[in-house]
Amino acid sequence: MDLSASLSLIAPEILLSVSGLVLLLVAGWAGDKASRWISLAACAILAACFALTAPAVCGGAMGAGADAFGGLFVADAFAGFAKLMIYAAAGAVLLIAPPYFEQYRLMRAEFPVLVLFAVLGMNVMVSATDLMTLYIGLELNSLSSYVLASFLKTDNRSSEAGLKYFVLGALASGILLFGVSLVYGFTGTTSFAGIRGALDGHMAMGALFGITFVLAGLAFKISAVPFHMWTPDVYEGAPTPVTTFFASAPKVAAIALSARVALDAFGPQADAWRQIVVFASLASIVVGAVGAIGQSNIKRLLAYSSINNVGFILIGLAAATPEGASAMLVYLAIYVAMTVGSFVAVLMLRTEGGTHTEQIADLSGLSRTRPLLALCLAIQMFSLAGIPPLFGFWGKFVVFQAAVRADLVPLAFLGIAGSVIGAFYYIKIVKVMYFDEPADVAWKDGGKAHWALLAISTAAVSPLGYLLTIWLGSLADKAAAALFLAA
Amino acid sequence: MIGIEHYVVVSSILFVLGVLGIFLNRKNVIVILMAIELILLAVNINLVAFSAFLHDLTGQIFAMFVLTVAAGEAAIGLAILVQYFRGRGTIAVDDVNRMKG
Repeated sequence: MDLSASLSLIAPEILLSVSGLVLLLVAGWAGDKASRWISLAACAILAACFALTAPAVCGGAMGAGADAFGGLFVADAFAGFAKLMIYAAAGAVLLIAPPYFEQYRLMRAEFPVLVLFAVLGMNVMVSATDLMTLYIGLELNSLSSYVLASFLKTDNRSSEAGLKYFVLGALASGILLFGVSLVYGFTGTTSFAGIRGALDGHMAMGALFGITFVLAGLAFKISAVPFHMWTPDVYEGAPTPVTTFFASAPKVAAIALSARVALDAFGPQADAWRQIVVFASLASIVVGAVGAIGQSNIKRLLAYSSINNVGFILIGLAAATPEGASAMLVYLAIYVAMTVGSFVAVLMLRTEGGTHTEQIADLSGLSRTRPLLALCLAIQMFSLAGIPPLFGFWGKFVVFQAAVRADLVPLAFLGIAGSVIGAFYYIKIVKVMYFDEPADVAWKDGGKAHWALLAISTAAVSPLGYLLTIWLGSLADKAAAALFLAA
Repeated sequence: MIGIEHYVVVSSILFVLGVLGIFLNRKNVIVILMAIELILLAVNINLVAFSAFLHDLTGQIFAMFVLTVAAGEAAIGLAILVQYFRGRGTIAVDDVNRMKG
């Protein structure tokens, strides 16, 4: 594979990094006045990246033709599928962020640039086929995210969220890295293909330790129980557009990365890591459902909801089959639509005074004061709960189906039981909106971009979403096949 | 003769010290930053030792990347800490508690 072919495979990444640097210069010269234009330019760049990545996904790119730089990087359909979700989520965040920060007079021109760099890091993560590329991508994403979490300078909660995210994120990177060093020592290589070959058959004790540490570090990044404790605090403290970002794009990237590491690099030892994944998935479902029940802040509640959803996605990973990987991707796509939709709805809860409310109590009687918004939020909540006519049900269905086909019937059974517990708090929000007396809050109307995003995501999770199932399923199947090529 | 196992034991001890430094420390966030550095250096010892043991350069290149990223990480951590201090006037770990539940 020659250099020019490698460079053409990483065209989206080159575009992101070069334009990120150029926009940083523009931000430096033009100042914060230009931040809206820079946000729009960043959106356009993400759209261009989307167009550059889409052919690889539709064509099901895989194998030697997708390998770049001698096995450090791969631009296959699996990575492409994840990248498309990342671009979409990041683009949505760039649309909703400027009005939010302008209220506090804290919109800075660096914000879209940081988002672009975070997206670049996530792109490298999902395309990594070497532990070194994995680490660089992960850190590029994490370092940008720490800054984004503490972006609202005047709010103490935001800087506290940034600090907590930084400390626990750095600890997670340290744990992951320690595992990486052990895996390198006991397999003698950092490339996924090499590790795969070395782990075939007998496995040294040190390598098992390495795998455990790597998976623990990744569990931090996807906020799976028992490494979830940072999630509620960071999601609550970070500015709402940034929380939207954290709950969608980096989660997609970290889950796709975990899937590639587990199924590709550690694939031959699936029996060794499956018990870890099964434990993390059941614990996430239970903790996510139970922890959310007593919450009064809606961002905190959605944080537990995302922990809960990660549990369901991990069921697909535990199956360790192409069908399971494909189910994970379908679930992720639906999850991104639901999460972005619910957070946009939360962002639209603006009072006349210009403040954003986050208390669930303030939602009471929303069906009478703002019926359309309440309806959209109710659809999102029912979909997150997995109530059948809505699209959220389909994600849970494919994941459980994959688990049953992989002879993990008890896991699927417990997962279904957990989703029933989880339905309680989603429905509680609907109850507050529809059956409580209206709270004394004067609402301000949301912007056009917010309504458009909310309409798109609500349409996607509504029963209309089922029109997409065949198309989405075939793309996810192609992507999953790229992951299992070596098996 | 010092073998690979000695290096791995030392780096494991440093790693555990670093993790304990994050969890047991109740005083100061700066100590947490030092503990994070300790973890990363433990990893570097591991990488370089394995690299020499395996006669393979990859580990040393990896160690360079880790050092570079650790520098960036410390810079960002300190910047966030400064901003936190401006808002709260303290960097004691026990005071990082505006959000609970």
